[in-house]
Amino acid sequence: MNPKYRPYYPRWYRKRIPIFWWLQKRSHAAFIGRELTAVFVAYAAIMLVVLVLAMDRGQAAFAEMMDWLGTPAVVAAHVLVLCILLFHTITWLNLAPMAIVVKLGDRKVPAAAVLIGHYAAWVACTGGVAWLLIWR
Amino acid sequence: MRRSREPIIWALFGGGGMASAFFMPVLILVLFIAMPLGWVQGAPFAELQALVRHPLTRLGLFVFISLCWFHWAHRFRYTLYDGLQLSHLNELVAVITYGIAIAGTVVGAVLLWGVG
Repeated sequence: MNPKYRPYYPRWYRKRIPIFWWLQKRSHAAFIGRELTAVFVAYAAIMLVVLVLAMDRGQAAFAEMMDWLGTPAVVAAHVLVLCILLFHTITWLNLAPMAIVVKLGDRKVPAAAVLIGHYAAWVACTGGVAWLLIWR
Repeated sequence: MRRSREPIIWALFGGGGMASAFFMPVLILVLFIAMPLGWVQGAPFAELQALVRHPLTRLGLFVFISLCWFHWAHRFRYTLYDGLQLSHLNELVAVITYGIAIAGTVVGAVLLWGVG
């Protein structure tokens, strides 16, 4: 008799899933990629605080940081970060109508209106921050 | 039955996702690409410094970065579960990810409190 055999305790049938299963299909890779944008959101948050601290220390510290930020490798890295953050923004805003149901009285606001509203808010926030930092 | 903490965590995740979706691209583009490369002049330094030293800016920034941390924690937690199949380490992963988010929030608070 097979020594592994135990009556009434059959072995479960479990298919081993490779650890990088999500690389085998485009949509799965996009899903994990979308989740990993959060790493760059955290990175950007850290860098914002670092920049604020440099601004607080004075003009010399700020100029030094701007010089470092202007070096080609750092610029290239931040262009990549920007692309990833745009991927986060677009995928996030596209999901908004599915996550948020807005009701006016007892009527549901159409999903398209919720979507357009979110993009409009993004444009407004972008313009507001740019105005604050550049043209004010 | 104990009430689930999930709604609070989800609200922090959602708030962070929304706030970072709205504000992060422009902040990175202007502060980390356009200004260092001289594409835009930027406000005079004294004005920028006054802006970041203003209590409301610091408060807003604190709320913003802590939401970002909790957004990261939530997404990273589930990426570890789904992507790397670590759901059997549920408690450990949750403690580590939310622990980092809480630590990031506290460090952010201390640093931003000292500004100005």
